[in-house]
Amino acid sequence: MQTKNKSNGHGENLVAKDFATDQDVRWCPGCGDYSILKQIQTILPSINVPRENIVFISGIGCSSRFPYYMNTYGMHSIHGRAGAIVSGLKSVNPDLDIWMITGDGDSLSIGGNHLIHLLRRNFNVNIVLFNNQIYGLTKGQYSPTSPKGQVSKSTPFGSVDRPFNPITLALGSEGTFVARAIDRNPIHLREILSAAHDHNGASFIEIYQNCNVFNDGAFEEFTDKSLKDKNTLYLENGRPLLFDNESKGIVLDGFKPVIVDMDSYSPDDCWIHDDEDKIKASILAEFFDYTEERGNYLVLLEYFIKIRGIPMSRYSRIRSTFINLKEKLIWIHCSVVITSGKLNKA
Amino acid sequence: MKEPVDESRDEVVIHFAGDSGDGIQLTGGQFTETVELFGNDISTFPNFPAEIRAPIGTLAGVSGFQLKFGSVEVFTPGDMFDVLVVMNAAALKINLKNLKPGGIIIANTAGFDKKNLNLAKYIDGANPLIDHSLDNYQLHAIDITKMTREALKDFGLSVKEVDRCKNMFVLGYVYWMFSQTPDNTIKFIRNKFKKNTEIAEANIKALKTGYNFGDTNETFKTRFRIKAASLPKGKYRNINGNSALALALIAASHKNNLELFYASYPITPASDILHELSRHKNFGVKTYQAEDEIAAACAAIGASFGGSLAVTGSSGPGIALKGEALGLAVMLETPMVIINVQRGGPSTGLPTKTEQADLLQAIYGRNGEAPIPVLAASSPKDCFDVAYEACRIAVEHMTPVLVLSDGYVANGSEPWQFPESKDLKEFKVHRPTGDEFVDEQYLPYYRDENHVRPWVVPGMKGYTHRVGGLEKEANTGNVSYDGNNHELMVKTRAEKIEKIADFIPKQEINRGEAGADILILGWGSTFGAIETATKELIEEGLSVAHIQLKYLFPFPSNLGELLKTFDKVVVPEMNRGQLTKLIRDKFLIDAKSISKVKGLPFTVDEIKERVLKLREYADQK
Ligand SMILES: Cc1ncc(C[n+]2csc(CCOP(=O)(O)OP(=O)(O)O)c2C)c(N)n1
Ligand code: SF4
Repeated sequence: MQTKNKSNGHGENLVAKDFATDQDVRWCPGCGDYSILKQIQTILPSINVPRENIVFISGIGCSSRFPYYMNTYGMHSIHGRAGAIVSGLKSVNPDLDIWMITGDGDSLSIGGNHLIHLLRRNFNVNIVLFNNQIYGLTKGQYSPTSPKGQVSKSTPFGSVDRPFNPITLALGSEGTFVARAIDRNPIHLREILSAAHDHNGASFIEIYQNCNVFNDGAFEEFTDKSLKDKNTLYLENGRPLLFDNESKGIVLDGFKPVIVDMDSYSPDDCWIHDDEDKIKASILAEFFDYTEERGNYLVLLEYFIKIRGIPMSRYSRIRSTFINLKEKLIWIHCSVVITSGKLNKA
Repeated sequence: MKEPVDESRDEVVIHFAGDSGDGIQLTGGQFTETVELFGNDISTFPNFPAEIRAPIGTLAGVSGFQLKFGSVEVFTPGDMFDVLVVMNAAALKINLKNLKPGGIIIANTAGFDKKNLNLAKYIDGANPLIDHSLDNYQLHAIDITKMTREALKDFGLSVKEVDRCKNMFVLGYVYWMFSQTPDNTIKFIRNKFKKNTEIAEANIKALKTGYNFGDTNETFKTRFRIKAASLPKGKYRNINGNSALALALIAASHKNNLELFYASYPITPASDILHELSRHKNFGVKTYQAEDEIAAACAAIGASFGGSLAVTGSSGPGIALKGEALGLAVMLETPMVIINVQRGGPSTGLPTKTEQADLLQAIYGRNGEAPIPVLAASSPKDCFDVAYEACRIAVEHMTPVLVLSDGYVANGSEPWQFPESKDLKEFKVHRPTGDEFVDEQYLPYYRDENHVRPWVVPGMKGYTHRVGGLEKEANTGNVSYDGNNHELMVKTRAEKIEKIADFIPKQEINRGEAGADILILGWGSTFGAIETATKELIEEGLSVAHIQLKYLFPFPSNLGELLKTFDKVVVPEMNRGQLTKLIRDKFLIDAKSISKVKGLPFTVDEIKERVLKLREYADQK
């Protein structure tokens, strides 16, 4: 088939803007989604995949409009089901580079079932979850990640439900690449996106994304200049857990991580991050995440776990054993042959 | 010893019944295979309880297998039995009403002890085998359990293992009775118990003992002979509806160089399609057991987007879950086949029983204007043709297509003269022609004269585009909220489906003539009963015709015209009159419904009776 579509031409020397479409981006001005779109468009030229092999699939939500803005193949589907569509597409065409775009309502509420099974099956796809802790598109109801007490349109007196921790959920679903990033740190976000792409298996990235219309400032503790150092810790493989300009660290007291002042500890005392240690990842995910009420808390970014060497899903292997037995077709089942009205065993 | 009298018959209906642990389905299956190999035409109807192991001996635990076989063409498993085999009292209690007067009962007396009689709710434990209540039948009461134990006493097997062989004793006895040889079953047993020769030999011994018992026993006066049917020359195999569906999907994918992807979540009576297809990885078939039916439908959409022949199958409750995804498939205009093996509803309903009550759901059961073509299979072997045709329509018209089967055709079986690859239709797969560009921009919703858009799949260079469930602008597929555009698109999608009527065969009359007094109009699995009823009514001198619809949406283009030639139209359906509604709505015809929702197929007599009644009623008016 010849290439007619010039603007869709092959990806030699493409730059970020070649991945933009002619469609107006319709998110609210100031929405965190813009940054994520930009970082993804920025890394795509460098991942070495022809444009026609890249597919973005989303569910429904503000974030899920994403595929319309990507000059690749794409599908904006139905609420919560992107994970299932991704699974089908990857099963039949394992060569595609598939990115699933989803929101906290989309994948943790209505699509929760598909998310956990997508992770369990470990298809080699990239799952990008925009967590704004609110339902944006439906105009501001609380979501499964909203902290307890969240005042929203549907919880005017504060929500009473406890939130999900997407990282714990992903680890519990046998995720092999589980990471967290934030819209306001583009350099880090790009690193994580690239690492997710390189991972051979299902990569799950939770991105804190500010919804400046319905939940503005939800992640202020991690973005505000005066607060962010105190409240964020970037995990680094093989390195001690240090933060706040290395003035604070984390040591393990039994199974319990404790924050200590580095005045009285040395980096050698600290917990060393091992991104293939699932048990430690679970401890980290459990101990340093949400407090029930919003307050000062520490958030860990970067990957919690990145288990290498797990094979791609078995579905991709079937493909290579596909044999075309066209003419023999299916009559191997034939048990009986009738010749002149009489049945004999074939 | 009395010499048996040979009696020759055109056809016989035999019903095996017993506890669900008695191996009834296997016994029935073996008998079927043997008479089929002999050359009889057959039609079977397995009927089992919903519980895997209902309490032993109870009415709820009775499992049945019915078979009609004959030297003439057989359309249904039969209304009333000639022979009823019962392994216990409950089996007799449930089935006696369907035994023909004077019919034969073969009963295992061990299943009529006090406990069994009580479980079967015989009042005060009255035993029908001895109280003369069965005097109008030919009763063969045999202590099968005891005779089997006696025959196998030297095998060193446990009582439980020995008792499991008693169905083989019965089968041997029945083989003798119908002048069939047990050879095929002996082969089958040897193969089945390859790893356990002891068990194999015990079963064979039981089988032979049963056979010899027929030979030497005094009671039997009659031995039946049913000649082989004269079926057209060719290769045949016995097939049930679910297997036929599965084979059709594989055939469609191979013939057209498409990979087959089947996604499903287990549900009775559709699971066997998944089981069957999973065995065929060697044909490149990919089966996907999804986390739920929504996921199965969505995975199929993903696979279709990826260029595979994508299919999802389920039964009513699962189809309900798939509804939203089917709307997406309509919106995307992507090819896909959805199979609904209907069962008794609503909700969980009667999971192992048959019904046809999802027709309106199939045609209308989605939000918005979301037309999907609907086809229905009328017999086990017809499942092949219908599924193959559904794949063709899906691919050639870029649309999801729904196939309706039901528990009756899914599990029932008949001999099938299967096609050769060269006889199968090739599909026209729409790939872009080069016309779909404006200013070098690819238009994913550019259509041909039949409103069909090309099937472009990710990986094709130069055609990147986005699709989605939001309303799209004509041609470009860009999101559009414009009202006029929406109306145009709704109409275009509807017309695309309506145009399919030009690409399907015209409706033919199955039996009888246009202009007859009465048309019996059916769809799906009622075929056999209606066909037989029509045949008999015509023989009785009535002016009757039969049409069985395969295409339910859109209808064949000549259907309206054809229907108007008949004086009266009656529609037997296993629902409350769903096709009747559609016919009345579409053609303004005073169609009359003949409804049955008992979880069981129509009998021929039921249809005849009710057709005659409607006729009388109309005559009086
Ligand atoms: C079946 C169904 N139920 C409900 C909706 C309405 N709906 C659309 S998006 C959404 C929630 C979006 O929240 P989230 O996934 O967090 O995405 P965001 O808009 O915040 O990016 C809801 C409830 C729908 N489109 N479909
Ligand atoms: S509502 Fe919130 S999430 Fe949605 S576009 Fe606006 S700012 Fe972004």
